[in-house]
Amino acid sequence: MNQGHSKDSTAESPLIKLTSVSHTFSTATGPLPVLDGLTISIAEGGFTAVVGPSGCGKSTLTRLIAGLMKPDSGEVWLHGEKVVSPLSTVGMAFQNPVLLEWRSIVKNVMLPLEIVAQGMPVLEQEERARYLLSLVGLEGFEDKRPSELSGGMRQRASLCRSLVHKPDVLILDEPFGALDAFTREDLWQIMHTLREEEPFTALLITHDLRESIFLADEVIVLSGRPARSQYVLPVDMPKKRSLDDLYTAKSSEMLAVLREQIKIAQGNTASASA
Amino acid sequence: MNKRMKLLQILIPLTALIIFLGLWELLVWVNQWPNYKMASPGDVWPAFWKFKHLFLVYGWQTLWRTVAGLALAVVFGTLIGLFMGMSRPVRDALYPLLVGFNAIPKATVVPIMALMFVGEYNLNTILMAFMISFFPIAVSVSIGLSTLEPEYRDILRALGASRFMIFRKIALPKTLPEFFGALKVSATLAFIGTNLVEIIEPHGRGLGHLFDSAKINSDYPLMFAVLIALAFMGILLYYIVVVLEKIFAGWAERSPT
Repeated sequence: MNQGHSKDSTAESPLIKLTSVSHTFSTATGPLPVLDGLTISIAEGGFTAVVGPSGCGKSTLTRLIAGLMKPDSGEVWLHGEKVVSPLSTVGMAFQNPVLLEWRSIVKNVMLPLEIVAQGMPVLEQEERARYLLSLVGLEGFEDKRPSELSGGMRQRASLCRSLVHKPDVLILDEPFGALDAFTREDLWQIMHTLREEEPFTALLITHDLRESIFLADEVIVLSGRPARSQYVLPVDMPKKRSLDDLYTAKSSEMLAVLREQIKIAQGNTASASA
Repeated sequence: MNKRMKLLQILIPLTALIIFLGLWELLVWVNQWPNYKMASPGDVWPAFWKFKHLFLVYGWQTLWRTVAGLALAVVFGTLIGLFMGMSRPVRDALYPLLVGFNAIPKATVVPIMALMFVGEYNLNTILMAFMISFFPIAVSVSIGLSTLEPEYRDILRALGASRFMIFRKIALPKTLPEFFGALKVSATLAFIGTNLVEIIEPHGRGLGHLFDSAKINSDYPLMFAVLIALAFMGILLYYIVVVLEKIFAGWAERSPT
């Protein structure tokens, strides 16, 4: 069951679909192919994690889906529409929470609404932002400045901002990468709360294999650069998860499989750049 | 506690000023310098008091022309910085020109401008204040914009925001601390510009003219009094900028803990 390379669609009509996407950057030292015929699809409401050796084009993938750049060849589809420019239906969160220092936390969360929902009354915008902040446990911090919050709290606010306009797709580019282990586990659980209360379709880029199986329904291992989908692991865990579920025999087995795949991918990168 | 801190914030610079004046007086007294070598604060005050009416009139002339030049510098400096910050080719094209222009000693430009705008004393003076003070503003705005982390741009671009929207919501406010830093430098530079014209091309206006008259009359304490009046106005303008900075970019200041 968890066999097979570059497995195709997981549902009838996937929300996100990449069909044989290739992209090459031109650098000072010559062309650098980063993606090579990558095919991925994510069903509506699905949560897919992408893991792979560093520098294998994971961030390029997020920029393609967000419409911030166009692939050299292949197509990116969202909701049955070809992505050629930024769509307002995407929410993004990065490793750096990029909060605006001159705005209070609640005003930071409201930012996307000011762009995509300009007709929405400010009071409603604020209500929505405050609701999300309460979901992630930031009650009482709404009117503080980002500099007054800890790293984990800032990242929570950043997640609220990425969800405030009810995006179709949530793109998470290693948002927990710079946090300490305990804070990171806190945020993993908050992600589950958010998903329950505010259903979304998500693509998570991560280096952390435990994170990938704890959060996602499906983990895609990218091969080394240029990246293609090397392996797809359906995560066999209940939808409602607790941290204890990471310490079961089943989880260890999944992690072992992923680790094995990463080793293969790293070997690819090494031989490609040699 | 907070009240005490506020009081200290005023008392500390004030004490420093008094100590400075005391040391100056002491220096002149110990060396028994005549006042053509160096006037002491004790000599300067009577000189100021005697011409206090002129100080008010000339001081105002210098001040308004300086502020007008500085305002021009803010408008043009910000515009140039904006274009330079948003576009790499514009930056590459303008930097050598700006640096070259800035490197020209402004004293040499005074006679050129006097010929260019004969008799337009206000314009000449304002233009000089502008020319000498716009460079730091242009550079700082440009650097502030060009060093904006790409993620900041991406969060808005991914939502389909226009370039103008990104500029207004993110780039502009993010550049404000750098802008005010430059404005503090520019405010004092603008005074130098105004006085260059007032001293080199005396046309009967401004504190520079008063300085020149004092020089002709060998009234050394008056010369020093003019310098101190200029310093005082520079400090005044500086603190006005500080207040504006607190209002518009106060978020950038972190309280030391």
